Amino acid sequence: MIETDILIIGAGPTGLFTVFEAGLLKLKCHIIDALPQPGGQLAELYPKKPIFDIPGYPSVLAGDLVTNLMEQIKQFQPGFTLNEKAETIEKQEDGTFIVTTDKGTAHHCKAVAIAGGLGSFEPRKPLIEDIEFYEDKGVEYFVKDPELFRDKRIVIAGGGDSALDWSIFLANVASEVTLIHRRNEFRGALDSVEKVQELKHAGKIRLITPAEVTGLNGAEHLESIDIDENGAHRNIKTDYFIPLFGLSPKLGAIANWGLEIEKNAIKVDNSLDYQTNIEGIYAIGDVNTYPGKLKLILCGFHEATLMCQSVYNKLNPGKKYVLKYTTVSGVDGFDGTRKEAEKAVVKSID
Amino acid sequence: MDVTIKITDREGTLHEVQAPTDMNMNIMELVRAYELAPEGTIGVCGGMAMCASCQCYVLNDVALPEMGDDEEAMLSEAFFVRSNSRLGCQIHITEELDGLEIELAPEY
Repeated sequence: MIETDILIIGAGPTGLFTVFEAGLLKLKCHIIDALPQPGGQLAELYPKKPIFDIPGYPSVLAGDLVTNLMEQIKQFQPGFTLNEKAETIEKQEDGTFIVTTDKGTAHHCKAVAIAGGLGSFEPRKPLIEDIEFYEDKGVEYFVKDPELFRDKRIVIAGGGDSALDWSIFLANVASEVTLIHRRNEFRGALDSVEKVQELKHAGKIRLITPAEVTGLNGAEHLESIDIDENGAHRNIKTDYFIPLFGLSPKLGAIANWGLEIEKNAIKVDNSLDYQTNIEGIYAIGDVNTYPGKLKLILCGFHEATLMCQSVYNKLNPGKKYVLKYTTVSGVDGFDGTRKEAEKAVVKSID
Repeated sequence: MDVTIKITDREGTLHEVQAPTDMNMNIMELVRAYELAPEGTIGVCGGMAMCASCQCYVLNDVALPEMGDDEEAMLSEAFFVRSNSRLGCQIHITEELDGLEIELAPEY
């Protein structure tokens, strides 16, 4: 069982910054995220896009903001459960919580901060008849373990970076790689497109465009797929079909936790501390709603800060505390590091 | 000045709305401003032509801005795409749009 003070659900900018504010109050954090890397939307959707409304940064690339936040919280040694989704929550008699993921990882915490953004990212499934039947029987929406495809025939569909990148990677793993896309143009990094071009010429990737997968066949496991290539029907033998059409966020299991939901977001008390209708569970950042709510990263940072103060006060009733400024008090990391301003030099002038 | 745009929501209800031309808004934002689709089901990527949650069908012949590479690429990966599909986030509201009629594509 993983033990922590604040369990944060969602490793986006709001979730990451929570670790810093909690750390100043000597509260330890652990973060769960459905994606394999921290950063949420910033890392998954638009790492190369500039953001212009982070105070103090005239412009910062989304990916760089994530890198900086990770650097800023490193000293507070957050734990991570990545690639897993928070599934169930049980409130204990002492007011603590046990949150378990879809893979069975259990976390015991004193407070929960849901910083889930628009939800956990789930694959967008193509509209092909019987596709659910073939899930785990030849249809995979993620490449979790490339070894699964060793010496197998695979078909990848999609026109973005993931389709290109995995086609390139798996060209040296699978026995046969076919990439299918609805048009001849691909939207991906230029060097990926060029690499696929190269592998196509070398006979290591078969490219079929413009084409679309229209059917799946096989009794127990996927055996072949039907495609429509410019109006003509074709059947291709394959062991695996990997559709990579991007991810779309879903609130998922959290929607069943008994929290008050409005407009696909979790209602919180914004006059105080962003707590939900369940004591000890907070919602911060894009996932929450209240009168006047704005879905901005900078608002998420503010909400995280107030929430941490509230958790501190609840966990330490009666313990006197006043807000400290990092400029004055410095920052003491859980890793033994200390950051502080240089002392002013006081000297007399003769 | 404001322009009039007719929007059929995902339930099939027609809404005639007034859209400002001086606020640098696009059709996706207009739909959200009038709450014609639930939050979280439209404009998921914020308007970067990266999710297609604001896909709509253009129903009448109004001169629209040309489709950019990003929009074309996204629509090539989206679902329920028709020949008159556009991404609402890529259509900025200008005076030329007065009288535009669109229908929101199904949620996916």
